Amino acid sequence: MSGAMLELENVSAGYGHFQALFNVSMRVDAGEAVAVIGSNGAGKTTLLRVISGLLPATSGKMTMEGIDLRRTPPHKIIEAGIAHVPENRRLFPRLTVEENLRMGAYAKSARAHFQERLDYVYGLFPRLKERRNQLAGTMSGGEQQMCAIGRALMSKPKLILLDEPSMGLAPVIVAQVFDLVRRIRSEGYTVLIVEQNVAQVLKVVDRAYLIEVGRVEKSGSAAEMLASDDIRKAYMGI
Amino acid sequence: MMKARINPGYVIGLAALIIFPFVVTALFPSSDKYYLHLAIQILLWSFIYTGWALMGRFGLTSLGHGAFTGVGAYVTVMLWNYAGLTPLIGIPIAVILAVALGLVVGYPCFRQRITGHYFALLTLALAEFVRLCIVGLREYTGGSLGTQPHRYGDGISLYAVQFEPNRVLAYFVALAIWVIGLYIWHRVDRSMDRYALEAASQDEDAAASVGIDVTREKLKITALSSGMCAFGGAIFGQYQMYIGPDTVAGLGVSLSIVFASIAGGIYVMLGPTFGAFFTQMLAETLRVAIQGSETLKGLLGSSALALDMAIYGALLVFFIIYMPKGILGTALEWLEKRKSRYRR
Repeated sequence: MSGAMLELENVSAGYGHFQALFNVSMRVDAGEAVAVIGSNGAGKTTLLRVISGLLPATSGKMTMEGIDLRRTPPHKIIEAGIAHVPENRRLFPRLTVEENLRMGAYAKSARAHFQERLDYVYGLFPRLKERRNQLAGTMSGGEQQMCAIGRALMSKPKLILLDEPSMGLAPVIVAQVFDLVRRIRSEGYTVLIVEQNVAQVLKVVDRAYLIEVGRVEKSGSAAEMLASDDIRKAYMGI
Repeated sequence: MMKARINPGYVIGLAALIIFPFVVTALFPSSDKYYLHLAIQILLWSFIYTGWALMGRFGLTSLGHGAFTGVGAYVTVMLWNYAGLTPLIGIPIAVILAVALGLVVGYPCFRQRITGHYFALLTLALAEFVRLCIVGLREYTGGSLGTQPHRYGDGISLYAVQFEPNRVLAYFVALAIWVIGLYIWHRVDRSMDRYALEAASQDEDAAASVGIDVTREKLKITALSSGMCAFGGAIFGQYQMYIGPDTVAGLGVSLSIVFASIAGGIYVMLGPTFGAFFTQMLAETLRVAIQGSETLKGLLGSSALALDMAIYGALLVFFIIYMPKGILGTALEWLEKRKSRYRR
């Protein structure tokens, strides 16, 4: 099973006595876009928090290009090449757009390339350049999502974790956000995206995992998942 | 890179502060000591408030910094009085002990993500703990009555770090320390740590996800802040030539640190200084007014002396609700707005 960029083997995790993930195994290969779908409370966000070290796994194996992630403290995960775009965008609302981007290049390995990455991100998202001196918290939801993705790109990651990028956004903005996801894919980043908006996300990714109550219930190519009657009924309301 | 430009206002301000003692001595030859005393107090407390605000501005609201000023002053004096150790060594030891205390309390707090109200309560307990230690060791510390560092020679000595009889000298000691405090603030303001701490105070998860070691950053600023307060406390004790649990340690000091800093403004460099000026002048005016007023005394008796604390309390509520950026912060913001309006 070589070639996997991110690999999880029987990973479990929880909050106190409450177990949220049960023996989750999955892999993301370099260059792929993979979705994790499932309903509210299924453990999708928890999964991303475990990968980026914000919540320690209680058992299992988790590696990024051979690096043991369970032994890596959260602030070092980014140096392993993983950038997390947390749920609800989680910008630093009282910092400007440019300061938020600067924070994305906070890791020692990224600081030296700050200017180069800033130019790159501004090139990718000219809107952010226009808004560079605006406080991040005062932008619209879609722009904030753009800023959050831009911030993640600042560290020159290999793998981007996107947590519900469409959450709380108007339908027309949601379409724009999925456009952003397509663009970062085409820039060559590997993407692991968590979404409740199953119909939309399956159009963007190669493969998907379905999580229910903390367990991987189903996995397959985006086309297979889209064709599955269960998924269509339960998650797409068709 | 940007060239370091020095604001001409700072140069003029500093020059004015340097000639201030000579002007005062020339103009008020009989009461110069009093005015210099006020200025020295303001400068020394400004340094301490600046140290506190370094943490406070990042949402680390400590109600226990009196513990650090107390450790600074008491350890220095105890080492001098009982071990004959010069404060030149004693003060560094006191600062190291205070920093260690700050880290010991801070580490579990930051690890367990204790923030906001809970952090404030925990630090409150710290201040009380140090005060109880001071009172409990009354054989050495003089308990709640306080104690004095043994005077060395004529009271002016580098070896003993004593300078109280010469007010002009004391003024320049305080001024130098205050300038150092502002320089530390400036350096922190320009550092990546500032962004890291600001980010962490806004969203710890997001901060960790961009690679900020939140615990470490908080410990760094705690060490700096507690060290500054300990140093300020030590020098204040040396200047007063008296240390008491109520003047350099304990809850009252902790709270007045918080009040003055917030009143002045914790997000701008000169905010804490302005707070020190404001509170010292307020306390002084109230003291003079209350002591000079027979009616007030007749009405309230000796409890009139506590009136300033009551007024402080009311003002603190006012500032937190209506002026969270403090007097100076609000004023600067207002000026900024006016300026940008004229530019258009």
